[in-house]
Amino acid sequence: MFTRHDSLKAGYDVVIIGAGGHGLAAAYYLARDHGIRNVAVLEKGYLGGGNTGRNTTIIRSNYLTPEGVKFYDESVRLWQDLGEDFDLNVFYSTRGHYTLAHTDAAMRTMRWRAEVNKHYGVRSEAVDAAFVKRGIPSIDMSCGGHAPILGALFHEPGAIARHDAVAWGYGRGADRRGVEIHQQTEVTGFRLLGGRLTGVETTRGFIATSKVLCAVAGFTPRILDMLDLHTPIYVHPLQAMVSEPVKPWLDPIIVSGSLHVYVSQTARGELVMGASLDPYELHSTRPTLDFVEGLASHMLDMFPFLSEVKVNRQWAGLADMTPDFAPIMGVTPVEGFYLDAGWGTWGFKATPVSGKTMSHTVATGRNHPLIEGFGFDRFARYRLTGEKGAASVGH
Amino acid sequence: MKILVCPLNGPRPVSEFAYGGEIRRAPDPDTCTDEEWSSYVFNRSGSPGLKYEWWCHVASGFWFVVLRDTARDLVIDTFPADTVRRGLPSLPASPAPSGKAAT
Repeated sequence: MFTRHDSLKAGYDVVIIGAGGHGLAAAYYLARDHGIRNVAVLEKGYLGGGNTGRNTTIIRSNYLTPEGVKFYDESVRLWQDLGEDFDLNVFYSTRGHYTLAHTDAAMRTMRWRAEVNKHYGVRSEAVDAAFVKRGIPSIDMSCGGHAPILGALFHEPGAIARHDAVAWGYGRGADRRGVEIHQQTEVTGFRLLGGRLTGVETTRGFIATSKVLCAVAGFTPRILDMLDLHTPIYVHPLQAMVSEPVKPWLDPIIVSGSLHVYVSQTARGELVMGASLDPYELHSTRPTLDFVEGLASHMLDMFPFLSEVKVNRQWAGLADMTPDFAPIMGVTPVEGFYLDAGWGTWGFKATPVSGKTMSHTVATGRNHPLIEGFGFDRFARYRLTGEKGAASVGH
Repeated sequence: MKILVCPLNGPRPVSEFAYGGEIRRAPDPDTCTDEEWSSYVFNRSGSPGLKYEWWCHVASGFWFVVLRDTARDLVIDTFPADTVRRGLPSLPASPAPSGKAAT
């Protein structure tokens, strides 16, 4: 599927750090839309082995801020014909997405999100309990008696996709256009001349380049330390788990902020489930029993009949969190160094649009208009883009 | 880390504790620049390493200091809260980051 490159060239027009969805998507659009094909993608592990392969694959655009809604809606639009673009089935499946409200306060946020969404042409509605019950007949509307469902934000375009296929599709498309993907190649430092980037040190030798895009999720702070750049990014593990396959019974995607659950059923029948972040900083992908117990008990609040269903696997990824739950994208104080980070728990759905906007930013040297709300300098200016109410279940 | 040894309550399951973040010194708001203040408010040391952190045993409301390796989730030592006022021991040598910028 991919060309094998035995050695690195002495230099490239652009070096991308991280062969996950975001890095490969940027490489793909650089080659396809901007004609920049002398590109290397460096990956210290294996292609798609980080958060691209560890997330719960939910795609939606029902965010809270105008910046977020416009950005993620463009992503949902790009997702629609991605399979055709790649000539590869990415198993994109539109399911409808319910964010359940168990309190009056949550209902207010749902109405707020629905209004912002509709203003920007995104199909979202605040719906009542009867609508939820019709959409998800098997749900216990009282949630075990302690968190009755009052209503929901229903987002019709909500979808899931096959995460590995996204990395493979972007990787293959970039590879066929001349981009070199080098796995098992770790960045160890940078060379600068007068504040300008001139090259990258790797475990396989030095590469001359004037442009680097960093798309390494939970490893971002380690790369930024090499350049003495400071950001608010902090890293907590985010865990997920999957059940044994069962016959199809759950069509929509269900999210509950109060119960800290999101769940969907894949094409092969497994329930993919996630919850909130681990409660403290850690740079390890170890799983915990606490997580399975907590998530399973909340799943049973909603769907008591699952009590005999087994959990098959659990895993974790390293989430690069920001204080406003929005990403950090675009130019940085180091000329030639571009950042695509702070994707925390919400990065998979943005894979196409972040690739598209970052490739534009790298090619032109100026931030794409869609990412202006996500700039590196917004914290120093106290101009945050508050997405916490729509980005997470852990609040 | 499944058990955390609290200086007051002894070994307890980690689920009984709340994490309070890395211990950091605030710059003097009257004399520091806007950049120094925003950096203090927002920026964090996100890389793994040995860090002094605030932890609280929630059931007893007891705050204390933990020296922890955030790469391996290993508690090196714990201290009473007033150690912060009296001055924390300097950090033991931690593994150097894998690279630095060369100019």
